[in-house]
Amino acid sequence: MTRRMTLLSVRHLEVRYGDLVGVADVSLDVPDGAVVALLGSNGAGKTTTLNAIAGLVRTSGGSIRWREDAITNLPAFAIVRRGLALSPEGWRLFVGQTVEQNLRLGATTLAETRRIPALLDRVFAIFPRLAERRRQRAGTLSGGERQMLAMGRALMSDPKLLMLDEPSLGLAPAIVDALYDTLRRLHGEGLTLLLAEQSVPLALEIADYGYVLQTGRTVLDGMAQALAEDPQVQRIYLGVNPP
Amino acid sequence: MILLQVIVDGLLLGAVYALFSSGLTLIWGMMNFINFAHGEFVMLGMYVALLAVTWIGGGPVVFGLAAALGLFLLGVVIYFALIRAVMRGPMLAQILSTFGLALLLRYAAFWVFSPNFVTLPRSVLSGTLRLDGILLSVPRLAAGLAAAALTLGMHLLLTRTALGSRLLAVAEDRDAATLMGIRPDRMQAFAWGLAAASAGIAGALMAISFPFSPAVGETFALTAFVVVTLGGFGSVPGAMLAGLLVGLIQGLSAYWLGPVYKDVVVYGLFVALLWLRPQGLLGAA
Repeated sequence: MTRRMTLLSVRHLEVRYGDLVGVADVSLDVPDGAVVALLGSNGAGKTTTLNAIAGLVRTSGGSIRWREDAITNLPAFAIVRRGLALSPEGWRLFVGQTVEQNLRLGATTLAETRRIPALLDRVFAIFPRLAERRRQRAGTLSGGERQMLAMGRALMSDPKLLMLDEPSLGLAPAIVDALYDTLRRLHGEGLTLLLAEQSVPLALEIADYGYVLQTGRTVLDGMAQALAEDPQVQRIYLGVNPP
Repeated sequence: MILLQVIVDGLLLGAVYALFSSGLTLIWGMMNFINFAHGEFVMLGMYVALLAVTWIGGGPVVFGLAAALGLFLLGVVIYFALIRAVMRGPMLAQILSTFGLALLLRYAAFWVFSPNFVTLPRSVLSGTLRLDGILLSVPRLAAGLAAAALTLGMHLLLTRTALGSRLLAVAEDRDAATLMGIRPDRMQAFAWGLAAASAGIAGALMAISFPFSPAVGETFALTAFVVVTLGGFGSVPGAMLAGLLVGLIQGLSAYWLGPVYKDVVVYGLFVALLWLRPQGLLGAA
């Protein structure tokens, strides 16, 4: 395998909320074209890590680089402009606005508004359900449809790297399968993915590389295959009992 | 026939109430912020109109635009100079900041313009139309129709345009809007500009028909609070409906009970409605 350019690189990230430490020491790399998984249980710091990369929370230490540039503590609107989009925890849809308005808001950073119809068509091709519901308020959508809209909205900025926070959370298994099929397809089209996922088996199925977070630190990382075979990962996250 | 006359006059004035109240409701809807200086924006719109007529001349379009532009700039400046900072402070600081701003603007106006009542020259716009037995004052008709069109325009701007969608996105979820690449500060500054401009134009429209002094802002602020509460906080269509209603009730109670009682009736009904329906006419429960 040839060595791919690193798109995103996080070194010794630290985030504090007052006296609380959200993330103590997280380092990770996302190579161009890869699918990287952030694994770990609830409260391990996955969401805080993604929010810090996206510029939603301020970091108190460490550095975040995007390609050649330091983007540490840039505001979120400046970061999405560079091609990193986040589909946040809890979706954070604009529930008072229609599906189409939500999608168009996702395209705010595009310099050429002429490209919006083509991007809308692409999202509607990926998620035909959203096309059926385009005039409906986002607040009327089901959970699965909301996840689709959150992903579609992030895709409207035509990102190079899509970060997804718990895409499978609270969704029915059939919907999760369809969602992961969609992620594979997007990856096939050249999109780089960084996903935080509580469901380790699901994440290791799609990821090339994974980082395991525990109480705000990266404690383990490796190729997805190696992680899936790691006895510690098997015991804690995959529910495999040692023989 | 006189009753019809009263109704028409009440609705025409109510449309102007709706216009400046929609600005107040926009600020509330955008950032949960009560602007106690909104009535002063209306008053300043009147004086900008007077200055424009005196210095530039021209008709209602010229001084209307001058009032809109002048107050838009004032709104943006106030946002960056004052509001942005106090938004980070406690609720009491937010309330007192615009309360203080209202006093500052009012007494600055006393100082600059003197407390005397003034009027725009009658040559600006005058005359009456006779229509099916009712007399329509041309300035009031023009003011009412222009105000209704502008309020509708504000509603369409918010609901049908990309800019409006971004404003509402910031109102709904500031962080999520930032993730979209929207700069919340710019949107909120724009909302303040728009709100102040709506008050400014409304002031200019009323200045054609009514004498005014630096003290009139207080009355308009109270009217705007009644309208916004009746219509439901944050709802422009609600403000539109409630503005017309308040204008109508004022007109009818002045006709039936005498001009002295018109405000008593409005505030009495206001308190009664709050008791029965605290979320306002069109507000969500």
